[in-house]
Amino acid sequence: MTLPFYVAPEQVMKDRAEYAQKGIARGRSLIATVYRDGILMVGENPSRSLHKISEIYDRLAFAGVGKYNEFDQLRVAGIRHADVRGFTYSRDDVDGRSLANLYAQYLGQVFTHEMKPLEVEILVVELRPDGSPELYHISYDGTVVDEDSFVVLGGESASISERFKAKFEPAWDLSKAFVACLDSLIEPNRTVKATEIEAAVLDKNKKPRCFRRLDNSELEELVTNWQNDRQSKKEDSQKDEFGSTGASN
Amino acid sequence: MSLPIFHPVEDPGPNFSLLLEKLGLIVPNSVNEVSEKYLKVPHGTTVLAVKFKDGVLMAGDRRATEANRIAYRMMEKVFPADSHSAIAIAGAAGPAIELVKLFQTQLAHFEKVEGVALTLEGKANQLGQLVKAHFDMALMGMVVVPLFAGFDLNKNCARIFSYDVTGGYYEESDYQATGSGGRDAKGVLKQGYKVNMSDEQVIELAVRALFDAADEDSATGGPDPLRGIYPIVSLITKDGYKEVEELVVKNAFDSLINQRGIS
Repeated sequence: MTLPFYVAPEQVMKDRAEYAQKGIARGRSLIATVYRDGILMVGENPSRSLHKISEIYDRLAFAGVGKYNEFDQLRVAGIRHADVRGFTYSRDDVDGRSLANLYAQYLGQVFTHEMKPLEVEILVVELRPDGSPELYHISYDGTVVDEDSFVVLGGESASISERFKAKFEPAWDLSKAFVACLDSLIEPNRTVKATEIEAAVLDKNKKPRCFRRLDNSELEELVTNWQNDRQSKKEDSQKDEFGSTGASN
Repeated sequence: MSLPIFHPVEDPGPNFSLLLEKLGLIVPNSVNEVSEKYLKVPHGTTVLAVKFKDGVLMAGDRRATEANRIAYRMMEKVFPADSHSAIAIAGAAGPAIELVKLFQTQLAHFEKVEGVALTLEGKANQLGQLVKAHFDMALMGMVVVPLFAGFDLNKNCARIFSYDVTGGYYEESDYQATGSGGRDAKGVLKQGYKVNMSDEQVIELAVRALFDAADEDSATGGPDPLRGIYPIVSLITKDGYKEVEELVVKNAFDSLINQRGIS
């Protein structure tokens, strides 16, 4: 008789986490940041119809990275939860905290009990009735982190976070925030077109449904801003280089 | 409450009513013995829709009645269904308002789940199904008859749909009115309707129709200067749904009353 093959629980969890992280790292990252009028979400997405960012309710939005079918299922479940709650109670009773908790429980459950964990990292963002922002970052294993300034989702989040943190200002306008997001998401040796960017905002001035997707013309303008900004920075740094070499000579 | 995730075969898709059913939140009607005779519920009355140059106007009086009594003087019967359409209701107030809420949620639910809004035709059809689902209650005297109008962004024109209790819906070419004072209102609309009316003209016509409906039908409320309550008038154009300011409606009534020499 053969004994069942023993694997230490630590090893099982580690393997699962690695598996999920690998899946998430295959996709592009996404940033959500507060700005003057609410919350901005920006990510790279070559598709115009398969969204990473979406509306959940009046003051709630969702963003996901990783495996599309998995975070899309979570997105739809979130819309359902919010609509049912708003229909049964009142529109003001729909909040981000309860949804973030449900997501966390579900992801945690799947991580420990199912064959494979979900290869996703998701974000629930909320504009409170008083206009203050709340960002819930939920990982593949059900860990929830509550932020109030910005969140980076995806495989490269550590390095992008680092770059973004240096630029962050809490009350910047949309254009400035957008430029900083792209600057942090896109490495200096890479460039993108407006059609490869997906962006949306929760705007506290737009009521009752705060969510607004940035349309093609708006994206075109913002991406051009970013390209010009990057170009001028490049030129500046080149000048500095020449200047310093000149001085040392 | 747990996260509403379903097996692919059981999934209700973007259908909100079906979702409520799956979650056990719609309780089937169990009252069979109650008839209109025993059940006195508030009823809302006259609502109308008229096309004009830029879109379509929807208006409704503010009175709700319980048999021969006035139950409520400030009822709203015209609501935005979504950004470019409106629903107006006549009939039993409670179920009617629930119908509006369900319809509004359904439209937003579809739009969010699918990423695109339904076509105007699709919205009209959806409303028909909601009215049909209410048919059992209608047989018990709780009739709800909506009127639906909106700006069709695909066809670039305004459209009006009227309904019967069974959920059947019919597209109207120019105008429609429903509710207890609907016939009186429709008579006025028929006489006064012109193609391509301006905002002012169509508001004036709607106000006249509601005034005459209130004049003939005891269940329809007229302008109430004593309490400062006036009918609700909304315009739906390419730019979306917009309620006409109360002052504009008040002025329209004032000038109508002056014209007729009643004071």
